[in-house]
Amino acid sequence: MIIDDFIVRALIAGILVVLVSGPLGCVVVWRRMAYFGDALAHSALLGTSLAIMFDMNPLIGVMLIGIVLSYLLIRLQAKKDLSSDAILGILSHGALAAGLVMLAIMQSQGQRIDLMGYLFGDILSVSWSYLIWLSGICVIVLALISWLWQSILAVAVHEELARCEGISVDRVRLIFMLLMAVVVAVAMKIVGIILITALLIIPAASARRFAKSPESMAIAAIVFGLFSVMGGVLASMQWDTPAGPSIVLVSVFLFFVSRFKKNVG
Amino acid sequence: MSSFLLKAENIGLQINQRQILDNISLSINSGEILTLIGPNGSGKTTLVRVLLGLIKADQGRLQKKANLIIGYVPQKMHIDMALPMTVKRFLQMGIKANNDEISHIASTLGVLSLLEQAVQSVSGGEFQRILLARALLRKPDILVLDEPAQGVDINGQQQLYQLISSIRDEFGCGVLMVSHDLHLVMEATDQVLCLNTHICCTGHPEAVSQHPEYLKLFGTSLDGMAVYTHNHNHSHDLSGDVVEHKHHEGCKHDH
Repeated sequence: MIIDDFIVRALIAGILVVLVSGPLGCVVVWRRMAYFGDALAHSALLGTSLAIMFDMNPLIGVMLIGIVLSYLLIRLQAKKDLSSDAILGILSHGALAAGLVMLAIMQSQGQRIDLMGYLFGDILSVSWSYLIWLSGICVIVLALISWLWQSILAVAVHEELARCEGISVDRVRLIFMLLMAVVVAVAMKIVGIILITALLIIPAASARRFAKSPESMAIAAIVFGLFSVMGGVLASMQWDTPAGPSIVLVSVFLFFVSRFKKNVG
Repeated sequence: MSSFLLKAENIGLQINQRQILDNISLSINSGEILTLIGPNGSGKTTLVRVLLGLIKADQGRLQKKANLIIGYVPQKMHIDMALPMTVKRFLQMGIKANNDEISHIASTLGVLSLLEQAVQSVSGGEFQRILLARALLRKPDILVLDEPAQGVDINGQQQLYQLISSIRDEFGCGVLMVSHDLHLVMEATDQVLCLNTHICCTGHPEAVSQHPEYLKLFGTSLDGMAVYTHNHNHSHDLSGDVVEHKHHEGCKHDH
């Protein structure tokens, strides 16, 4: 079988994203931030359309909107009269609706926009120049995660305890949200806005039973992510299915397989 | 004269137009045990959180010794099951402690056998002692314990308070703790502060127990309701295992 160039690029892109989504996904699971991941993902559509409007790199648009969303979330959470759950619901769907309206306006002005590509990913159309961008971003994100890992862990265990032990919890939380925004921006190309949270949560959840320490869970999540990406891309070649959903389907399949494993700790 | 670790002056706090803390002043010195008592809703936990710097007071001033290391044992704590972590790793988090130190402190607190277990799998009483061990491993200047005896039976409670006071002697740290029962902590504390939004009374435990403000809050129910004390023919160690009494020469009591 001749492996086409675009498949190689797709696999490399998937591997790079999984390297960062694995560890971050574990933290999302530990801190129960899945809904926050969803809200960020939904805001990505708005970020993309604004970026197209102002002729910027879509990655930058998505990150900027992600940062705005995180900021709004922190501000709204400070007043404790609404739960984070409700606030996230408002921000998440507000951003999604705004993104869809923006895209429609731009389409009516004659812009050609591949909405399906944004919603469900377009890993097979990744270019070499995108890969260079992507690897730079992934290296920075990985470096930040490993630098802050102990603090991130302390905050995941207990925020108040971490605060008493001298960790600047607010800074860690802020940086973590920014990292999430970055990962959402890069994962959008792989599985699409709708399924980004799946790429964070499912490999991490599958990794749980194979791990005795937080670090081994992060590594196992990367491994599960790698298998999902490879399986998904190959399956989409074989049966001509959309790549993003195929990747997620493989990861779901692996998750159920992982349930047969006895817990180690 | 021992040096002060933490000093609060005229602390006041309102939440939703309700006065939670009113004009509280206190100071904790190294080697000293200060116990906060007060009925439910009297602001004990809130005061502790203000002192820890977790919430900001509306009024007053908080002074801390420079580079104060705090060992905090929260009242309740839940670690998500999805986070794989052994007790040992939990103790080690964020510090450089060698195995000897960890084993020493873990055995002092009777949690040595739990080190390799998942931190979510231990019982409530065990987890309290793990939290205490974790606080001690940081070599704190001050130990802050919010209702440390919660979920521990009466015998275990007395032992826990004895342990806290021996920790104070061994480590020379100051201790701030919250308790709901003055009589249980009486022997293990130097100073008691009775709180009900404002400071009702403060002083040595015996003095506080006779103070009219204290009696008004807690009543004199103990006169009418004798505390049931039964003579054990054995004791429990910290993990609840039965240990035989070591008898002194001339020990006469019945078994």
